[in-house]
Amino acid sequence: MVMDLGCLRRVTLPGALLAVALLLPQGVRADDGARLAATCTACHGTDGHTLGDALPPLAGQPIEALLASLRAFKSGERSATVMTQIAKGYSDEQLERIAAFFAGQPEGRDGAAAPAAPGRGR
Amino acid sequence: MKRRDFLRQGAAAGACAAGIFRVAVAAEPMPKVLVVGGGYGGATAAKYVRHWSAGRIEVTLVEPDDRFVSCPLSNLVLGGSRRIEDLAMDRRGLERHGVRIVADRVASIDPGRRAAVLAGGGSLPYDRLVLSPGVDFIWNELPGLHAPAAREGILHAWKAGWQTQALRAQLESMADGGTFVLTVPPAPYRCPPGPYERACQVAHYFSREKPRSRVLVLDANPDVVSKGALFKRVWKERYGGIVEYRPRFHTVDVEPGAKAAISELGDRVAGDVLNVIPPQRAGDVARQAGLATANGRWCPVDFLTFESTQAPNVHVIGDAIQTAPLMPKSAHMANQHAKVCAAAVVDLLSGAAPQARPMLTNTCYSFVSDTDVIHVASVHAYDEARATFLAVRGSGGLSAEPSELEGRYAHSWAANIWADTLG
Repeated sequence: MVMDLGCLRRVTLPGALLAVALLLPQGVRADDGARLAATCTACHGTDGHTLGDALPPLAGQPIEALLASLRAFKSGERSATVMTQIAKGYSDEQLERIAAFFAGQPEGRDGAAAPAAPGRGR
Repeated sequence: MKRRDFLRQGAAAGACAAGIFRVAVAAEPMPKVLVVGGGYGGATAAKYVRHWSAGRIEVTLVEPDDRFVSCPLSNLVLGGSRRIEDLAMDRRGLERHGVRIVADRVASIDPGRRAAVLAGGGSLPYDRLVLSPGVDFIWNELPGLHAPAAREGILHAWKAGWQTQALRAQLESMADGGTFVLTVPPAPYRCPPGPYERACQVAHYFSREKPRSRVLVLDANPDVVSKGALFKRVWKERYGGIVEYRPRFHTVDVEPGAKAAISELGDRVAGDVLNVIPPQRAGDVARQAGLATANGRWCPVDFLTFESTQAPNVHVIGDAIQTAPLMPKSAHMANQHAKVCAAAVVDLLSGAAPQARPMLTNTCYSFVSDTDVIHVASVHAYDEARATFLAVRGSGGLSAEPSELEGRYAHSWAANIWADTLG
């Protein structure tokens, strides 16, 4: 059991931290790719599950296609309103990790349920 | 067998089967994260702490209003192309992520005891607290509006909701030929381009329905704070004869009855509808907790974790923080703060060091009509040497001109950030 091993690994942690560290095995934390990709998801949907048809979905797309687009936006070879400006803010290695993260997500809407339709809030 | 005995025996058998480690684990409480404020920052933080801890951190969100009303797009209500109901959502999606929502207000925070006291009575303990209190207004810098009764006819509409609707109603009942006066406070304030988008929306409405009416912008700042060249071009080319822009008009008082704004130089300008965007500071709860030490207005944070520099285990995100250079107080930026903070909270509760080089983006769309939109975008990287976020050189920028295409992107942005925040 992963959880039990986690307990054993962490018994050396100092007092106050121990109680909370017990329940959070190392593998649980978001990796760098997930964190970098989360800078994209305000526009592109949680984990790349994009809503609507103005933007293409990112989750589950081939890594080569995602990376080619990001590189083309960064170089300016592909024109855009916003993405040419955003892509220039990331190193090539960061773009690779972002593309790998989105490529590794399941296609479809998993984990990205839309909020209640506006207008039905009350 | 009585039902109670059956349950007791069943529980004992289960404990044996699971073995001693699991019993020990089950006896440990889950780490507790308390999020205060359910706007763009707080709701996103609550969701992502659950998401990135695989549900192994208990998250409670305290928010008195059962409705989330988006400030972004709310100027469209003034322009007439959206209703406030179009921008209102519930937070039930967060409950699907396992976030517990408490409909109350936090009256005070006790960092020593690691507990938040609720206005409705009782207190909630936390291992880490995330405060996303938004802004509150500095009314004593506008003596004429200091008494709440004086504010009844003079609206800010800078927190979307009933004020937005009431301001729209004032515009609708204004006779053609009237003047809408909008005062802009000194930066920093929530949503840097918001006042200028508002001027466009009201001008758009006037151009269709009340063509002899005017929009007068009285700006405390020396120039348009955001997207300046684009807004000024729009006012000249699309709303010539409607919008007048007056910089360096620092409103220091208001005569509510006369609907007049008074500048620090003593100039007095009256309108038929007066909309005062007051000077702003971090929300009350952060200020009362002693966290707003930057100028007495904003909360300084460690940008690696968004932990307050003033109280351990207390994080502050969104409009309430003392910002890094070129970092706007925007909904998009609050979403980004929330994610860096949520990841750091999960790291810290796992006994790990926070990620060394977090990144942030900002994309902000402004509607200059009911369809046409301009944007500003930026990318910010954590700089270890300066311990702050800096805009990445060569990145970011503005629209070349307003377009309907960016109008489609703006609506797409709204749908996706609402889902990322609440869904």
